[in-house]
Amino acid sequence: MIVFNDVSKKYSANVVALHEINLTISDGEFVFLVGSSGAGKTTMLRLVFGDLIPTKGSVFVDDWEVNKLKSNLIPLLRRKVGFVFQDFKLLSDRTVYENIAVALEILGRTKKEMDKRINEVLEIVSLVGKANYFPRQMSWGEQQRVAIGRAIAGEAKILLADEPTGNLDPKTSWEILKIIDKINKDGTSVIMATHNVDIVDSMKKRVIEIYNGRIVRDEKKSKYS
Amino acid sequence: MASTISFWQRIRRTPYQAVASVFMIFMTLFVLAVFFLLAGGLSSLLSYFETKPQLTVFFKDEKSKASVNELIGKLQTTGKVASYQYISKDQALAIYREQNKNDPLLLEMVTADILPSSLEISATSPQYLVELSDMAKKETAIDEVVFQKDVVDTLVSWTSTIRKIGLVFLVFLISSTIFILLTSVGMKIALKKEEIEILKLVGATSWYIRKPFIYEGVTYGIVGACLSFLVVSGIMLYLQPFITSFLKGIPALSLLHVFGINIIIWPPSLILFIILWAILTIAGFLIGLCGSSLAVSRYLKN
Repeated sequence: MIVFNDVSKKYSANVVALHEINLTISDGEFVFLVGSSGAGKTTMLRLVFGDLIPTKGSVFVDDWEVNKLKSNLIPLLRRKVGFVFQDFKLLSDRTVYENIAVALEILGRTKKEMDKRINEVLEIVSLVGKANYFPRQMSWGEQQRVAIGRAIAGEAKILLADEPTGNLDPKTSWEILKIIDKINKDGTSVIMATHNVDIVDSMKKRVIEIYNGRIVRDEKKSKYS
Repeated sequence: MASTISFWQRIRRTPYQAVASVFMIFMTLFVLAVFFLLAGGLSSLLSYFETKPQLTVFFKDEKSKASVNELIGKLQTTGKVASYQYISKDQALAIYREQNKNDPLLLEMVTADILPSSLEISATSPQYLVELSDMAKKETAIDEVVFQKDVVDTLVSWTSTIRKIGLVFLVFLISSTIFILLTSVGMKIALKKEEIEILKLVGATSWYIRKPFIYEGVTYGIVGACLSFLVVSGIMLYLQPFITSFLKGIPALSLLHVFGINIIIWPPSLILFIILWAILTIAGFLIGLCGSSLAVSRYLKN
């Protein structure tokens, strides 16, 4: 469960990214964050991820108050919360297998355990047979699938996706979304920031609209606008 | 914890970075080794030259062995006497004959009686010769105390200047070395900045991120150290005949005397090579360890 309790975030005295946000996202939910660029979507995701500290209020991930976590516990939080970025953030000198393995290595998994889990993940993200490819040998859509694979390979119960289809064509975007939807159906909570109207309208999930750092709409089974 | 990417794979996949890093450390340690040998060699050579000027004390008559020993004892209590040699009248005659063996006329006129007995004294530093000379002059039965004051003054002035120039050179070299090192390590880690950021984002602990960089840095340091040792040793052995010829007549030059071991810097000995290798390896290890640790810490804090 993710809880925003009266959360505000200022980058400077004049730049207010979020203003008194109150929000609860239950386990297993699929939520779209929508709004124009600069509305505060990415700031919300980064607060959940422990990458930013709120100026006011508290952010909870399960029992952990993220803004009060000691720095040595932030890596543990990030193992519970997988993040998928618009620009993939893959290690360019490592293969698909090795990129996904990073998420398992940090958990101390054995080679045998890693092999088993990576094969499962490759199947989920439809990349069977591409384990030994390097990112530069793959399309953007495939690279995004690797990033999703890495995010879910470990112990993550929450998947944050910041415009994961932003760089992709409509067909590939849909493929990515189907993968994310499947991951959600398997029990992982998903919060996805997006501008993709078609996807949001078709999925009919909970939609939270942000405008100038405030929640202006929060509806179940809703549409982009 | 299993690692899917081996240490050698990391190096093999970024071969130019690896070569550049090893080369930078090699150059740094090569300069350090050359400087260590030059500074050590020059310092030993200067020390040797500084013991060459001698104070000669000529006695009026044949002094008894006991009174000569008394004078030696007094001079030695100052701690400024490096060595001494007593030359009796007979020994003085033998030396005179040897020096003038091609001129029988000169030999005929001279007997041991007319030559004075003497004491030749080398000081630990030429600047002490004046003090030792003054002490000797106060003794009875001393005919004359001789040393080449002008030559000694010039030598003291030269060696002092050479040491000052050496110090400036040392400061310059160390500054250059630190600059090269910071630049090379900084460049290397800057190239890995993205990797460090990504690893942080996926929940890697600080040690997990740090460990491979430190292993890599230490390996580059040790490889660079071994290469610089091999090159410097090769150059030393290649130049040995030329330097031996240049330093003809000069005995073994001692660098240090520690734990009962006299470390000879010239001619090169096995112990010198072992010490050089140890210094370079430790320096390489520390450069690799500290350089990579500091550089990764910079990005981990961001």
